[in-house]
Amino acid sequence: MDGRFGVVAYLDTASSTPLHPAARAVLDDALRSGWADPRRLHGPGRSARLLLDNARAVVAEALDVRPDEVTFTPSGTDATHRGLLGLLAGRVRAGRAAPGPVVVGAVEHSSVAHAAAWAERWLGTTTRELGVDRLGRVLLDDLGSLLPGASVLAVQSANHEVATRQPVAACAAAAASHDVGVFVDARASAGREPLPRGWDTAAASAHRWGGPAGVGVLLVRHGTRWRSPFPADDRVDERATGFENVPAALAAAAALRAVVDDAEATAARQHALVDRLRAGVARVPDVEVAGDPVDRIPHLVTFSCLYVDGEALVTELDRRGLAVASGSACTASTLTPSRVLEAMGVLTHGNVRVSLTDDATEADVDALVAAVAEVVPRLRAEVGL
Amino acid sequence: MSEEPDLELDCRGMRCPLPVIELARHVEDVAVGHQVAVVSTDVASRTDVPAWCRMRGHDYVGEDTAADGVPRFRVSRAR
Repeated sequence: MDGRFGVVAYLDTASSTPLHPAARAVLDDALRSGWADPRRLHGPGRSARLLLDNARAVVAEALDVRPDEVTFTPSGTDATHRGLLGLLAGRVRAGRAAPGPVVVGAVEHSSVAHAAAWAERWLGTTTRELGVDRLGRVLLDDLGSLLPGASVLAVQSANHEVATRQPVAACAAAAASHDVGVFVDARASAGREPLPRGWDTAAASAHRWGGPAGVGVLLVRHGTRWRSPFPADDRVDERATGFENVPAALAAAAALRAVVDDAEATAARQHALVDRLRAGVARVPDVEVAGDPVDRIPHLVTFSCLYVDGEALVTELDRRGLAVASGSACTASTLTPSRVLEAMGVLTHGNVRVSLTDDATEADVDALVAAVAEVVPRLRAEVGL
Repeated sequence: MSEEPDLELDCRGMRCPLPVIELARHVEDVAVGHQVAVVSTDVASRTDVPAWCRMRGHDYVGEDTAADGVPRFRVSRAR
C-alpha cells in the first residue's frame, strides 16, 4: 500500500509511534560508540558513560526535571512498577504493619492496576479505587474519604484511551495534606505537554514519543523516600536494573528533544484534527464519542459504534489501510473489555481508539471518517439492524 | 425490582455485541413502561446494556440474577 508507514494512515501511536528521524539520526553512531559497560573506567566504557549521561541530561531538560531525578528503565511498564512500588517500599518500616492502602484511579493503565495487585500480594497493602465521571476524570470529591490512612495515590497525567486530562495538581495537593505519596503515570502525555505538577515519582515511555521500544523513564523527585521494590542491581544508577541500553536511551532522548521542541505546534494541529474526527464520526448514527472534548491531550480519541463487533470493525478498517486499536473485549488478549470504558460507563463493543502521528493530515482523518460511515452501517445490516 | 420482567432474553454464551443486538431486536416486543431482561454471561453486558439504554433513550432498571445465578440486566422500555 502507498503512504507513510506502509498504510494509508497509521492511527495507533498510543500503542507505538514510528521511530522519530532525530532518533534514527543518532542511533547508528550511538550503537558504534555506546556498546561498552558505562561503569568501566576504560576508554570504551567512558564513551558509553558519556552518552548515557548525555541522554539523561537531555531527557531532564526536555521534561524540566533534574538529571539526578531521571532513571532509564527497560520499559515504560517497568518504570511504572518502580515508580509506584518504589514509593510504597519507601514507606515500609521494618517490624511495622504493611503500608497503608494504595489509592488507584479507576481508569489507570492496566500496568498500574497490576502493580497495585502485586503490592496487595507481596507488600500486604490494600487497594482503594478512585472513581471517575462519564468523561473519565477522577472524582476529586472522593479523595477526602479515600486518602486518610493511605500511603500512595496513583493518578495518570491523562488517559491513554480517551485522552481526558486528570486534575493531577489538585490530587497532589489533597495527597500532600494526608502525607500520601503521589505516583503519576505520564506515559500518555510525556513529550506532548509539560509534566503535571505535584508528583513524587512518575513514569514515561520512549516508544510513545518516537523513541525506540525498550526505554522507559522513571522520575523520582529529589528528596522522595524511594526504595527499590525488586532485587537491587549494581548499575550506574541505583534505581535501574540490568545493563543499560545506552544507544536506545540516547535515541530516545534525541526524539524527546525533537518532539518537545515542536510540541505546541504539533498539539494545536492534532487538537484540531481530533475535533474534526470527533465531529465526523458523531454524524454516524448511534456512535458514542468518549472522553473530554476540550480538556484533553491532543492526539487521541475513542468512539464506540452500537451493534458492531470491534474485531470486525478493526479488520475492515485495516483492509482499507487504516490502522487503529480497539478497547472491545473481542480484540483483547484477556477477552475482557477495556477497564477504562467500563469505569466510565461507555459502550465497550464496536470500539475504536484513534491516535494521530505528529504529521497526521486532514486527509488521514477524512479517510477514517468516510470508512467508518461506510463500514458501520454495513456491519449493522449484516445482523439485521 | 421485585416484579418479574415481561420478557427474558436468554443470551447465555453469546459474546458482545450479540446480547445488545438481541435486546434491540426485542425491546419493542413489550409495551412502553414494561420490562425486558437480558440474561448474559458476557462481562461486557454489565457496561453495554446501561450504555445502550442511555444511547437509545430507554431506562436501565438494574442487575439481578436468573434462577441459575447468571447475571440478568433489566431494561424498561421508555418509548
